[in-house]
Amino acid sequence: MPSVFSEWLDRQSRHLFIMPAVIMILVFSIFPLIASAILALSRVRLRAGGYKVTFVGFANFKKQIFGSEQFHFLGTFGSISLLAWAFTIAVGALLIWWLLRYLRGPVWWLGLIGRLIAAAVLFGIAFMFAATLLSGTQIGTLGVTLFYVFVGCTAQFAIGLGLAVVCAQPIRGRTFFRVVFFLPLMITPIGIGYAFRMLADTTKGPFAPLWQMVGLGDYAWVTSPWAARFFIIVADSWQWIPFIFVVLLAALENVPRDMVEAGHVDGASHSQIFREITWPQIAPVAATVILIRVIEAFKLVDLPNIMTAGGPGIATESMTLHAFFAWRAPDLGQSAAISYLLLFVTVVLCVSFFNLVILKHRSAQG
Amino acid sequence: MQSTPLPKNTVLGRFFEPPGIGKMSPGGKVIVYGVLFSWSAFVLFPLYWVVVTSLKLPIDVNAGPVYLPWVDFTPNLHAWRELLVTGLGKTMKPYFNSIVIALLSTSLCALIGSMAAYALVRIEYKPKFGTILLFVLAMVAMAMAVGVAGVDWRLAAAVAGAIFVLLARTLGRRFKRSVANGDILFWMISQRILPPVVTIIPVYMMFQNLRMLDTHAALILSYTVVNLPIVIWLMYDFFAAVPIELEESAQLDGASRLTIFFEIVLPLARAGLAATTLLVLILAWNEYVLALFLSTSKAQTMPILVAAMNAGEKGVLWWTMCVVIIIMIIPVILMALVLQRFIAKGVLTGAVKG
Repeated sequence: MPSVFSEWLDRQSRHLFIMPAVIMILVFSIFPLIASAILALSRVRLRAGGYKVTFVGFANFKKQIFGSEQFHFLGTFGSISLLAWAFTIAVGALLIWWLLRYLRGPVWWLGLIGRLIAAAVLFGIAFMFAATLLSGTQIGTLGVTLFYVFVGCTAQFAIGLGLAVVCAQPIRGRTFFRVVFFLPLMITPIGIGYAFRMLADTTKGPFAPLWQMVGLGDYAWVTSPWAARFFIIVADSWQWIPFIFVVLLAALENVPRDMVEAGHVDGASHSQIFREITWPQIAPVAATVILIRVIEAFKLVDLPNIMTAGGPGIATESMTLHAFFAWRAPDLGQSAAISYLLLFVTVVLCVSFFNLVILKHRSAQG
Repeated sequence: MQSTPLPKNTVLGRFFEPPGIGKMSPGGKVIVYGVLFSWSAFVLFPLYWVVVTSLKLPIDVNAGPVYLPWVDFTPNLHAWRELLVTGLGKTMKPYFNSIVIALLSTSLCALIGSMAAYALVRIEYKPKFGTILLFVLAMVAMAMAVGVAGVDWRLAAAVAGAIFVLLARTLGRRFKRSVANGDILFWMISQRILPPVVTIIPVYMMFQNLRMLDTHAALILSYTVVNLPIVIWLMYDFFAAVPIELEESAQLDGASRLTIFFEIVLPLARAGLAATTLLVLILAWNEYVLALFLSTSKAQTMPILVAAMNAGEKGVLWWTMCVVIIIMIIPVILMALVLQRFIAKGVLTGAVKG
């Protein structure tokens, strides 16, 4: 029975379908994003029953990048070693070569601006690593976050792909292995953090006798910066390799069987078949899964907070954790500035990856 | 091109020679099963250790590792009793909070997200570029007024809204360039790149203003927004795969868009919806950062309870914590079993095609 109301509803359905999502995103993402930008440019003081916001321009960013918080965000800058200079110059030359190569082809102004920003960010990151890591001083939260993202995601992708290839073979007990490999995704990251803290304990953990045997009985992971960082990546990988594995396995199973068999008949070796037949088929899915993983890795916070509380010192602090500590301090302006820096780096790197790897691949295929 | 990687007449060559197409050589079998079993061990051992530790007395944990219950230590249910019998009230509240928040936010997210995804597949939208710019400027003005000048947010919202409507009605006709469905889809999905920490401080202030801090509603709404991009992204592909002929014939029979969506399209895409729901449910159940900012006691969720339990003076209570980890896995596995029969094979490939 069509009533006036249902007729009205039908006419409005065009808006009814999309508006809830749009309003939710506007209210809880876009508006806060704008407000956060204002906070990042201000000094925020707590006051009875509210806040006092004073506009200070780029002072918060200046403090993080050049000022008293530089050691925390970028790392400790000492004297820059010869190796570091060589590395910086090499990266700069590579980036200039890349830009020049683009300029020789058809140039689109937005593409040029994007590439210039990407090149500037990459050069900044390279210089940051050169001035800290290669010169023998501590890296800051930006370096730590990038370490988690790049080392973590590379290891996870390599292992996930390897397992998927193995699992796509004609094996027995396929269901069993799949269920087992999938399990870590169901466990809360907090739980994983504590579980790995137990496992890595050199006096009470299950591998204690092993540690004692090799003479590391009272070695504490959490007091060595690189061991602690490595240890967080192991826990993160334990949880996220299953995700990459599941997606890549599904992609591998969609590779047409007859193509692979034709390759075998023609006498191609396993590595040739993988390189020439399988990889081109799964590459788009692989690129997407890497992008998803990289986006999530930039947000990593629970594992460092649980396993090391960012320590020793600031050695395992990710940028999200850095912003959380600043919020708790409470220094809301600094916290907003740090999160904006995180957003900037994430967006530049992810958009570059999307445009330069995924889109290029897609246009090459189609 | 013929190529033989290893000579066939040697022992080693025969060891790696597959007996036929689609079968593995004995050497290959050794490698494959070796990899499979060692990875299984790597996955299962931490879980085994969690289960075993939940049965230990504090002394069994602190005196150095013991491995096998009934062999090198006597299992004891004290940690289980402490959480599920004597301290039941203290455990049940966050557990219940987590269940309510995860279920409600997942349902809301699945509903809103799939409606938007369907709309982007079937309905053409053409919002004007200039109107969007005006709206963003109105939001900036409102945020400045509230944040810096200290205007009451209701007043600021009303004024900004009125100015926007006025300008959109008058200037709006002149705008020519518009954005397409693909841009809207990209905008919605790209929200996932946004680290939650960027928006959390203003969101915290908003909820503080509305006196909604530490409530279920605040967490449900913020979880919904965070997971919305995933639902829209995955459901878009599933809806695009639904044949349009079915909808057209229903439309000829006089069915409204809402009826078509809820009675024809959604049931057809239920495999995808189940997989998406499961993924979002796991994410909402395990969420940590938003809960850390937005909940303190009343709306505390399980991940926060776990972290708070161990922040005390006694250090980490490994035994009780292991029990908590185990009771947190159980609902996820139950949901996976319930939703599993809807999830057809290959669902993930369909969704994540490059």
